[in-house]
Amino acid sequence: MQVIDMETVALRELNETLHAQTDTTNQTKWVIDNPKGAHAIACGLDAPIEVTVKGSTGYYCAGMNKQATINIKGSAGPGVAENMMSGTVVIDGDASQYAGATAHGGLLVIKGNASSRCGISMKGVDIVVHGNIGHMSAFMAQSGNLVVCGDAGEALGDSLYEARLFVRGSVKSLGADCVEKEMRPEHLTLLADLLERAESDAKPEEFKRYGSARQLYNFNIDNAY
Amino acid sequence: MKDDHKGAPRTMPIQSATFSNPVNAEIRRAAATGIYDIRGGGAKRKLPHFDDLLFLGASMSRYPLEGYREKCETSVTLGTRYAKNPIELDIPITIAGMSFGALSGGAKEALGRGATLAGTSTTTGDGGMTNEERGHSNKLVYQYLPSRYGMNPDDLRRADAIEIVVGQGAKPGGGGMLLGQKISDRVAEMRNLPKGIDQRSACRHPDWTGPDDLEIKILELREITGWKVPIYIKVGGARPYFDTTLAVKAGADVVVLDGMQGGTAATQDVFIEHVGQPILACIREAVRALQDLGLHREVQLVVSGGIRNGADVAKCMALGADAVAIGTAALIALGDNDPKWEADYNALGTTAGAYDDWHEGMDPAGITTQDPELMARFDPIEGGRRLNNYLKVMTLEAQTIARACGKSHVHNLEPEDLCAVTLEAAAMAKIPLAGTDWYPGKPGTSY
Ligand SMILES: Cc1cc2nc3c(=O)[nH]c(=O)nc-3n(C[C@H](O)[C@H](O)[C@H](O)COP(=O)(O)O)c2cc1C
Repeated sequence: MQVIDMETVALRELNETLHAQTDTTNQTKWVIDNPKGAHAIACGLDAPIEVTVKGSTGYYCAGMNKQATINIKGSAGPGVAENMMSGTVVIDGDASQYAGATAHGGLLVIKGNASSRCGISMKGVDIVVHGNIGHMSAFMAQSGNLVVCGDAGEALGDSLYEARLFVRGSVKSLGADCVEKEMRPEHLTLLADLLERAESDAKPEEFKRYGSARQLYNFNIDNAY
Repeated sequence: MKDDHKGAPRTMPIQSATFSNPVNAEIRRAAATGIYDIRGGGAKRKLPHFDDLLFLGASMSRYPLEGYREKCETSVTLGTRYAKNPIELDIPITIAGMSFGALSGGAKEALGRGATLAGTSTTTGDGGMTNEERGHSNKLVYQYLPSRYGMNPDDLRRADAIEIVVGQGAKPGGGGMLLGQKISDRVAEMRNLPKGIDQRSACRHPDWTGPDDLEIKILELREITGWKVPIYIKVGGARPYFDTTLAVKAGADVVVLDGMQGGTAATQDVFIEHVGQPILACIREAVRALQDLGLHREVQLVVSGGIRNGADVAKCMALGADAVAIGTAALIALGDNDPKWEADYNALGTTAGAYDDWHEGMDPAGITTQDPELMARFDPIEGGRRLNNYLKVMTLEAQTIARACGKSHVHNLEPEDLCAVTLEAAAMAKIPLAGTDWYPGKPGTSY
């Protein structure tokens, strides 16, 4: 296990060291001590390594992650795992705004609550939030799955495309073009798998599914004449 | 003769200047369809522009350089502030960001080929980076847009610079559009969207708001790319003094400033014609911001919006820009709106030079389309050759003017080399009206 203490190692050196790891590295386990809310910790990783961050992080931790498994043993600032491509990011605490924004793939697990705009413009990622999520979550979400074991705030899924949203608790309001949809067996299967991978003991049957009514997909043109 | 006024002169039919034929036609179109007009290109109205400025040239008080023989440098380095690998260009004319999706793969390839031959850079656009484009562009700037279509760390790391798009001159405050006709399988896949939908790109970035956040976003992008490549910030011509100041504060290596004449692939006409400031009014304000920060020339300024020839380039340099970017002009060089397709333009209800329905994907020249048959009309190698020729001519023109003003580098051109032929241009560019030493608002004068 490799330990990097941010008390003594600068951010640039930390990321440079992690970026130097390749697919075949033998140094697969890393611990980052004293993150103290620094920004851009462990962003742009591209190797099958496990990174444990012992504390809370600032903006954009695990941004654009590929392959790596990153566990934050605290809370995460805005834009955690933004534009993630693959790999897994697990936050033991809460996540600030824009968690998983525009992410294309991988799994993001938030064990606490997520703030506003969780999963904004998501493009294929799976996000599981054990707690609640804030307003405007999944805004313009394109694809992937957002699972919320608690409640959702205002304007959930506004201007949504093909992403699937699953909420166990209440939804304060749905955004433009977002509607409740029928939960079919394939959705229950999908949900069961995601909940298991996210270490949640919620039951798939307890969730409701929301998706796009697809009414905003084309401009409304009056072709009467 | 009968006294019934027969044969007396009648009132001549007079068209209203307010309710002109184009205005009335637009009212009828709106009434029939219920949707605003969407089109490509830039503002079509007449605006104060570079034509309203003239160079003074050398005479008794200035010494010119000899036309073809004496050296007049045109090179420019972009991104010297923080990047390990700034971009070195042979000419101060770059190719602006135009999206794959709006343009065909072949057109993007031609832009790369032409720019590379001319020793300059080209830029991706909304929709991500294509292999054609990367492969054929020696220097490629990768746009980081609100939509983040196709955004990924691998492309980020194979880019020579990153351009964070905050706004565009054609639509400051507006997002992008790509209508369903142009969402082919390939475009849909790159954007991760269903085929055939009318697709809008967001007007705001999803994971930052304001310059303080942007500063941290830039830190992240620099960390991901190892502080190697320059980071540009592109803004539309809205409040150039403050926008430039804040872009620099956020950590930009280069500020790209796009005036309201700037082209677009598809935007509401009302936006194109009614939002933003002409580029002529923006350049001096942006330069003043850089000077106030003590960073003029250290943070480079690239300007765009209606740049057409070497005189325009030279005027931008004289007003203090480090380089220019061209969009529309590059497309015309490739063959867009060429009269040789007049019959096809007529069939679309338009004429060569006026065709702007780029969003419909039916471009006879095969440039702003994803239709395989139309795309086959366009030859990327020939297109590249033409673009290179055009860039060469623009450069020669700018050099000719610079030499005539006695300058051994186009960057040595200065406001003192110019006069303005209209009061508007004088006021906007802070250049004395021809025959005077005065412009409206000149410090020390009361009007
Ligand atoms: C077809 C087309 C597509 C464009 N796509 C983009 C884009 O994806 N991103 C962007 O920032 N600007 C885009 N622009 C604007 C250009 O980058 C540039 O600002 C503008 O074209 C400059 O003005 P000019 O066309 O008068 O030279 C586009 C312009 C055109 C003509």
